[in-house]
Amino acid sequence: MLLEINDLNVYYGAIHAIQGVSFNVREGEILTLIGANGAGKSTILKTISGILHSRTGSVNFNGEDISGTAPYKITRKGLSYVPEGRMVFSQLTVQENLEMGGYVRNQSEIAPAIDNVYVRFPRLKERRNQIAGTLSGGEQQMLAIGRALMSDPKLLMLDEPSMGLAPILVSQIFDIIKELNESGVTILLVEQNARMALKIANRGYVLETGRIKFSDEAHNLLDNPEVIKAYLGG
Amino acid sequence: MIFLSQIINGLQIGSIYALVALGYSMVYGIVKLLNFAHGDIIMVGSYVLWFGLSRLGLAPWLSVIISITVCSALGMLIEKVAYKPLRNSPKISLLITAIGVSYLLQNLSQLIFTPNPRMLPNFFPGYVSIGGAQFAVVTIVTIAVSVVIMIGLSVMVKNTKMGKAMRAVSENSDVAQLMGINVNNTISFTFALGSGLVAVASVLYCCSYSQIEPTMGSMLGIKAFVAAVLGGIGSLPGAMLGGIIIGIFESLTKAYISSQLADAVVFGILIIVLLIRPSGILGKSIREKV
Repeated sequence: MLLEINDLNVYYGAIHAIQGVSFNVREGEILTLIGANGAGKSTILKTISGILHSRTGSVNFNGEDISGTAPYKITRKGLSYVPEGRMVFSQLTVQENLEMGGYVRNQSEIAPAIDNVYVRFPRLKERRNQIAGTLSGGEQQMLAIGRALMSDPKLLMLDEPSMGLAPILVSQIFDIIKELNESGVTILLVEQNARMALKIANRGYVLETGRIKFSDEAHNLLDNPEVIKAYLGG
Repeated sequence: MIFLSQIINGLQIGSIYALVALGYSMVYGIVKLLNFAHGDIIMVGSYVLWFGLSRLGLAPWLSVIISITVCSALGMLIEKVAYKPLRNSPKISLLITAIGVSYLLQNLSQLIFTPNPRMLPNFFPGYVSIGGAQFAVVTIVTIAVSVVIMIGLSVMVKNTKMGKAMRAVSENSDVAQLMGINVNNTISFTFALGSGLVAVASVLYCCSYSQIEPTMGSMLGIKAFVAAVLGGIGSLPGAMLGGIIIGIFESLTKAYISSQLADAVVFGILIIVLLIRPSGILGKSIREKV
């Protein structure tokens, strides 16, 4: 197992946001967490990445307990997180954003890594010297993913990558995620767009108010009548 | 000729304001704190310099290096002890703490060094004549040193890994952490850098004005703060420009209107700029696509 979450409990003050969630991510797969707004999907990613702390439970990454570790150290272990809303550095250029993504790497590795990102996203290369805040939503999402790839992660966590994008861009982003996975990156995908997410995922977990309600192979969840009714629009 | 020499004088004091304003602006950019203790570091730098020269009998260059080191370390220490524990508190708590630290430094200094003024020698005595006008060497040195430092700082923030990390942290420290940036170290570095610049400013100041006292940093600090706000707080070119503008206006007011009105003019400029352009001259009102 690349990532193992055991009996995770996370609180926001008195609110018990994540209630005893356990799941795991196998090396090489795409795992998706789906669920309604407020189900706790983003909270789980923030806890794994170290921004939030769990009250109890453990997060094991690559055989090492990382709960309570500072976010910058977790990134250095090979876990990259694309936060909800993309969060590019809007006042830095595209190229500088990518350099920041490669902050943990040796100076000599950064230029080739940036070239790799530009091969994957030629659009970013065209705009390399543009201030990131002036990019379109789709371009910002590409930049956020490219930036996260700069650290050469073992596991890439994506929080709502399709949010706020035009339908054509949504399918483009999902294609990119699939391609990344095929090139060897393990993916933990959190999405509101459950149908699209389950189509590219190997396995899925359905989260409801802080608990896991279903877990199954992705194609089974796509056929599950309860999941269809609640999350796939009937 | 009088006009030109007043402009040069203005550039001199303006350079000193600019060096101090840079620290104000950098710290504000990265932790959104108006560090009102920043001005008092000038006083600390001056007293360390004086102590090295007069009490320990050290060479000027060595005293200057010690002063810069002590100020940088003090800047980091203040951040660690006073500001870091309050990082997630309301901004007003931080602001009040900064004012408290300012008074603490002033009063500690009165306790240790007594409130009596001390004298410092000018390291750069003499005059040079440029285009028929006489200028003190210290004036030229002050302007030259400041220009070099400002260029160096701009290059550092624009191009180095630490400079880019500073900009990333100042925009979004949570996301910067996700990049693997150690935010605490970046903040410490910023305080050290800002306080080091203040130490340089204090050396230049002492060379021109020779007299130091425990409360000297308060007015200097406030004027540097005005310079930072005038230029656009958070903007480094803004801090430099603001410092120069304040210096020149102050100098011209002293020459042509009245010395006593100089401070009033400085604050008057601040009020006018805030009315017309609240984000400051070079302050950004960024338009972003979401």
